[in-house]
Amino acid sequence: MQATVGKLLTNRVLWRGAVSIVLFLVLWELGSRSKLWMAHDLFTPLRELLGAVGLKKDYLPWVGAVPAPSAVFAAWLGVIDEAGYWQSWYMSFQRVLGGFAAAMAVGIPFGLMLAVSRTAHGIGFPVFEVLRPIPPLAWVPASIIFWPTQELAIMFITFLGAFYTIVINVVGGARSIDLRYFQAAQSMGASKWDMFKRIVLPGTLPSIVVGSAVGMGITWEVVVAAEMISGGGSQMGGAGGGLGFFIWNSYVGGSYEQIVVGMISIGIAGYISSELLRSLGRHATPWLRVR
Amino acid sequence: MEMREPAPAAATRGHILIDDVVKVYDPEGAAVMAVDHCSLEIEPGEICMIVGPSGCGKTTLLNAIAGFHEITSGRILLDGELLCSSELPKAQPGPDRIVVFQNGALFPWKTNLENVIFGPVMQGRLQRGEAIDRGRAMMADAGLAGVEHNYPGEVSSGMRRRVEIVRALMNDPKVLLLDEPYRALDSLTKSVMHEALLEIYYKNKVTIFFITHDLEEAIFLGHRVAIMTTRPCKPKKLLTVDIPHPRDYSVLTSRRFRELMEETNEAVHEEALKAFQAGEKEG
Repeated sequence: MQATVGKLLTNRVLWRGAVSIVLFLVLWELGSRSKLWMAHDLFTPLRELLGAVGLKKDYLPWVGAVPAPSAVFAAWLGVIDEAGYWQSWYMSFQRVLGGFAAAMAVGIPFGLMLAVSRTAHGIGFPVFEVLRPIPPLAWVPASIIFWPTQELAIMFITFLGAFYTIVINVVGGARSIDLRYFQAAQSMGASKWDMFKRIVLPGTLPSIVVGSAVGMGITWEVVVAAEMISGGGSQMGGAGGGLGFFIWNSYVGGSYEQIVVGMISIGIAGYISSELLRSLGRHATPWLRVR
Repeated sequence: MEMREPAPAAATRGHILIDDVVKVYDPEGAAVMAVDHCSLEIEPGEICMIVGPSGCGKTTLLNAIAGFHEITSGRILLDGELLCSSELPKAQPGPDRIVVFQNGALFPWKTNLENVIFGPVMQGRLQRGEAIDRGRAMMADAGLAGVEHNYPGEVSSGMRRRVEIVRALMNDPKVLLLDEPYRALDSLTKSVMHEALLEIYYKNKVTIFFITHDLEEAIFLGHRVAIMTTRPCKPKKLLTVDIPHPRDYSVLTSRRFRELMEETNEAVHEEALKAFQAGEKEG
């Protein structure tokens, strides 16, 4: 009984999702074909209105200039069997995961240290706070200069994207652990190390999950920009320079459909990574599933 | 002095002596006296109820016994051993004095059973396997069979309190320090919890230091009720509840219970009014 109800519910969610996507695609298709249907006499007032506010008269602003989903799909079919396209996915994923893993590996211990030690906080936090407002993209030139390879330079930028968010979340999470848990543990004979292992770590875990999900999002944002600016590892000769470079290359080559293919690919790649992270997070914090 | 009802014969430990304890917050700046020359002696195995308005300083006293806060002067002894004094203002928290907190302090990331076995395993008193056996048995005894592998967030707040009391008892404490544990519960759940607590108590005779602002709860559960003055806190009136244990809920409608309520109600109300006029904050 419960399984059937659950199935129905998921179905409904699935249906809503499908309707939402189809509706979006239909509106987009209509929008980008506005040149065709707006030529009809019925839309004369609309054309006049657009003209009056200083826009192009014969199609809808913005969306009328975007390639239609059907054209984008056709362009996608064109690149789907090209190794270069998948190489772009692979490159971007590698950079994102590399930078992200490094941010976790450095950020979690660093954040925990800041949270549990007053001395570490006093020494580490001011520097951290000065560096934090610098946007990762501002590091691109310095990163290219100071890292031996382009690959490391881009990975460093993605690392920065996730690092600050992870540290801030870890510190905040560890500090908001209820004092009573420590008092209870201490009364029951827990040592300092026990309290770190059994209270601080699990108590911070939900914040680590949240911090890494947000950090992962930022990582995708910065990897694309870093690839565009740095030329996506130009030793590869353009092909396989990552999804950001794929977009830039399509722009330079004048293939507007491919720009959109690249954009949607990033959307999907980001979604896949967040979803992976979320399911990992759910496994790591089973007690939060039951609320 | 009225005849004191003898404490249960089984208990030979858990004697608390609070001797002239003073607690002043922030002695340098604007000094606020939370506890004012408070003396109280609690017998082994006694349920001593501490009643006073919110914010009167009773939690300060509990924290001093538990070893969470310092005292300014005076001393507290447990079974003749000095816990704290003006030379040693902060007691060392230990498994002989376990607090059950107002809003509960079960670790949400551990299952109920893992919570229950935390103390003995930490202290190295029991092997994990032994602790699990003992924990299961005690949980079953407290009507908690079946929720061992649930997380605290998955069970009702009444059950969570019971798990927490079992967790406390697993440490084999001399004293249970309960800080308004049933404050957040509705009155129906509360009445069930009271009987459950007594049932657990009859099986595990420990001294209970129980803070509440609910006079009915105090008289129903306690051997003695100490009515405290509002901040600064000290005993205003000590009431010996001469209703024999074991008690159940029929006690609430008995004539003696009503008489005791009437006898003490005014003292409690007076202090509540003072606290209200002083604008004491909750907690």
